[in-house]
Amino acid sequence: MSFTVLGTGSKLPDTVVTNDDLATFLDTSDEWITTRTGIHRRHVLKQEKLIDLATVAAKNALKNSGVTADELDLILCSTIQGDYVSPAFACVVQKELGATCPAFDVNAGCSGFIYALDVADGYFARGRAKKVLIIAAEAMTRFTNWQDRSTCVLFGDGCGAVVLGEGDDLLSIKITAEGNFEALNIPHTQGNCPYTELDGKESVLHMDGQSVFKFAVSSICRDIKDVTQAAGLTLDDLDYMVLHQANYRIMESAARRLKISMDRVPSIIHETGNMSSACIPIVLDQLNRSGKLVNSRYIALAGFGSGFTTGACVLRCHKF
Amino acid sequence: MTILERLKKVMEEQNVGGDVEITMDTTFEELEIDSLDLVDLTMNCEDEFGIELDPDSAPKTIGELVEKIAELTGEEA
Ligand SMILES: CC(C)(COP(=O)(O)OP(=O)(O)OC[C@H]1O[C@@H](n2cnc3c(N)ncnc32)[C@H](O)[C@@H]1OP(=O)(O)O)[C@@H](O)C(=O)NCCC(=O)NCCS
Repeated sequence: MSFTVLGTGSKLPDTVVTNDDLATFLDTSDEWITTRTGIHRRHVLKQEKLIDLATVAAKNALKNSGVTADELDLILCSTIQGDYVSPAFACVVQKELGATCPAFDVNAGCSGFIYALDVADGYFARGRAKKVLIIAAEAMTRFTNWQDRSTCVLFGDGCGAVVLGEGDDLLSIKITAEGNFEALNIPHTQGNCPYTELDGKESVLHMDGQSVFKFAVSSICRDIKDVTQAAGLTLDDLDYMVLHQANYRIMESAARRLKISMDRVPSIIHETGNMSSACIPIVLDQLNRSGKLVNSRYIALAGFGSGFTTGACVLRCHKF
Repeated sequence: MTILERLKKVMEEQNVGGDVEITMDTTFEELEIDSLDLVDLTMNCEDEFGIELDPDSAPKTIGELVEKIAELTGEEA
């Protein structure tokens, strides 16, 4: 026994920042950002907290699924960092929803949503859960270095959520990790311990863009082939390939290598930038609500990110 | 097929370079190949020629890339 997706939800912050807005304080241009990344705008937390978004996304997913908060057996939150270092963000969401089930976070960088699906799969397989809520909630703009034009233009904030119930729609799943913190990292906050002798680094994102680009394209291709084969399907059987939205050029490059046309690779990056692990469930929610999943059969998801981690899966689809 | 001919085929499949005639002296700038196209092209060459290219040595011309490939494959440029 595994799961089926019962409902989806999402929420972006109200404030929209365009490339031209960034060019008022950075040495950059709409032309550079658009051609190198496909990003035109991103939504940024201004007065809202991450929990405000997460609560709306979770409630939307619950409503869409017809499940109530008290029916939930588990809340999993995929996040690099919620509003608190502790408690887990999943517990903060739990309080807002009035749920009483166990709740904890999964941090696997931008692959976190797929990792959370894999964790949930285990709970269903062991008969420990009948209804699971997964929320991917990310506030990347808190961790971007706003003086570094090569990284801060890439990110935005957002939340996506899914409600899972018992079923057999997960046809295959794989997660990977290869310890590498040089190419992509955010150092921890330093604290004020009087004994520490270490020099703290600012808690902002550091990245070697080109090596991440290469890693991303090659891992998407490898993982999508692996999970498609494990599901007993071919790439032609996939109605959609939903990729982590890090850079449109990454998606194009991977799709070209896999010989999958871009009309089967849904993209929201022009509107949102990279929202870490929240990207995939937000795309899923948009596909679901626009009715595009009604006549679809199979959908593959693939994420990659800090760790380096990767994750991919194939789901049987229908209107969630 | 020479390395240059194979490289042209790789570029055609990647859909870069457009209609510009490609010789050993052609620069990536002339071909309007930006840094991310070049990363992509590097990966495609690694697949085509079964080699691993140094990520930090970005070639400026087609000739520089062909020579690098020749050095790594032991074939003639
Ligand atoms: C970040 C990324 C867009 C940068 O593109 P790139 O082609 O590698 O760019 P480079 O860093 O080589 O920079 C190329 C030039 O553009 C400049 N540049 C960088 N950012 C710029 C910006 N926002 N505006 C204008 N120019 C910029 C650089 O300074 C450099 O100039 P130079 O040639 O004069 O030195 C790209 O590497 C990428 O998307 N990588 C993957 C990142 C990712 O997905 N991370 C998240 C994973 S979860």
